[in-house]
Amino acid sequence: MKAYSYFPGCCCDEGTGVAYGISTRAIAAPLEIELRRLADWNCCGSAPMWALDSAEGACASLRNLALAEQAGLDLVTHCSSCYLMLRKAHTVFTRDTALSFQLRRALRSAGLEYGGRVRVRHLAEILLDDLGPEAISRRVRKKLTGLRVGCYYGCQTVRPQGIDHPEFPTRLERLVASLGADAVDFPFKTRCCGASLMFSEDGLALSLVRKILESATARGVQCLVTVCPFCQINLDAFQRHVNGRFGTRFNVPVLFLTQLIGIALGLEPRSLGLEKNIVLPAPVLAAYVG
Amino acid sequence: MNDLREELYRLPGGEKFNLCIQCGTCSASCPSVSAMRYSPRQVIALVRAGMVQEVLHSNAVWMCASCYMCTVRCPRDIQPTELMHTLQLLAARLGLIADRSPAPAFYRAFRASVKAHGRAHEFGIMFNFLLGRPGKALRMLPVAISLFRRGRLSLRVPRTRGASELATILSALRQGGESETPAALTVAQGGVSA
Ligand code: SF4
Ligand code: SF4
Repeated sequence: MKAYSYFPGCCCDEGTGVAYGISTRAIAAPLEIELRRLADWNCCGSAPMWALDSAEGACASLRNLALAEQAGLDLVTHCSSCYLMLRKAHTVFTRDTALSFQLRRALRSAGLEYGGRVRVRHLAEILLDDLGPEAISRRVRKKLTGLRVGCYYGCQTVRPQGIDHPEFPTRLERLVASLGADAVDFPFKTRCCGASLMFSEDGLALSLVRKILESATARGVQCLVTVCPFCQINLDAFQRHVNGRFGTRFNVPVLFLTQLIGIALGLEPRSLGLEKNIVLPAPVLAAYVG
Repeated sequence: MNDLREELYRLPGGEKFNLCIQCGTCSASCPSVSAMRYSPRQVIALVRAGMVQEVLHSNAVWMCASCYMCTVRCPRDIQPTELMHTLQLLAARLGLIADRSPAPAFYRAFRASVKAHGRAHEFGIMFNFLLGRPGKALRMLPVAISLFRRGRLSLRVPRTRGASELATILSALRQGGESETPAALTVAQGGVSA
């Protein structure tokens, strides 16, 4: 069993993405991955803190990197934003500029050091590279035969650099196929969902979500999977909003990839937080549960 | 305002702004362009012309969704996303209020939450942000209710021992008075590896 430091991120720990955290922890044991929660972790700073004062954002991420370094394991997160921010902080810090000196001094004030030795990894990378689709396939107890699944990558999972090609990624499809499901390609799978603009500029963000849902449903997907909590909430929780605003009739469940894997591993829907989805996936998954 | 331009040019990556061929690939790739007062291509042109103030007064930088599409497509290897971030930083530092963009207020609510609790408390952030915006609050209410019903909006304020340690680090960052130097800006041009 391989062990990792685990960084849940604020929204997946007990907020809007809580089902992502629940389902990730649920599939870890059957897949023989040990996730050791980073003790006393704090927010990665996320886009807002980095935007208002990037040195502050970097400090927030660096404290976590310093803690992970003490633990001596790769740092795994399943949030695409945390993934980007933690790596950005690492890059900035290890570049050896006046700023990195300033950051080092700030860390020291709390008795922390960062030596630049932590590898930050996305959970999807662990599934793809450390475990591999074949190994996952061997553990499948309920093959998802006939289920048409669209993989929605969004932005920061693959850009500027990430788990796959920035514009034409295909690796999540391989994971979905390893569960026995049909991975359905659709043109807008890497288009932006608007992310946090949903709050400040909801009109714009809703139109972006609409285009993504249109693109996917036109290809006949029964559900979408994502590996980013912001993609999930925008596509799932705001789907009714999109329908209200544009007169559309979308009703597509948007699952975390970990939830779909959990179903294929034969885990209970409740242990995967499936009842927390706004568009309930139960009808689509009925044939594969129980 | 040419000082600001010089500052931007001194950033890692900033020397590339002059390589822009104004091809418009960035603008054509941008999901937000329709809502921006100036497109990413125009932002670059304005910065090059020394009209940074013009850009900072507009909503353009706050409309950026950080999708990095412009960055991965730019044929001259300029990173418009990082420029957008740097301009956000500059606008925040200079206290410029972009025309009616609510994004900075949302960002500030987020930052306040992290500083207070060490983690982002989504309910608190939404509450603070929507308090003075009844129209938006009303539009968001059904979503908030459905999230709450599904147990996705926690009222519980997160507690982490890390919060006080983070506060120590952030206050140490301010000692030495270096925050007003261009050094603080260089973070934005960080790029990503590791
Ligand atoms: S894509 Fe690059 S070269 Fe083309 S206009 Fe945009 S910044 Fe300039
Ligand atoms: S990163 Fe920002 S400026 Fe660039 S394409 Fe995306 S939204 Fe537009």
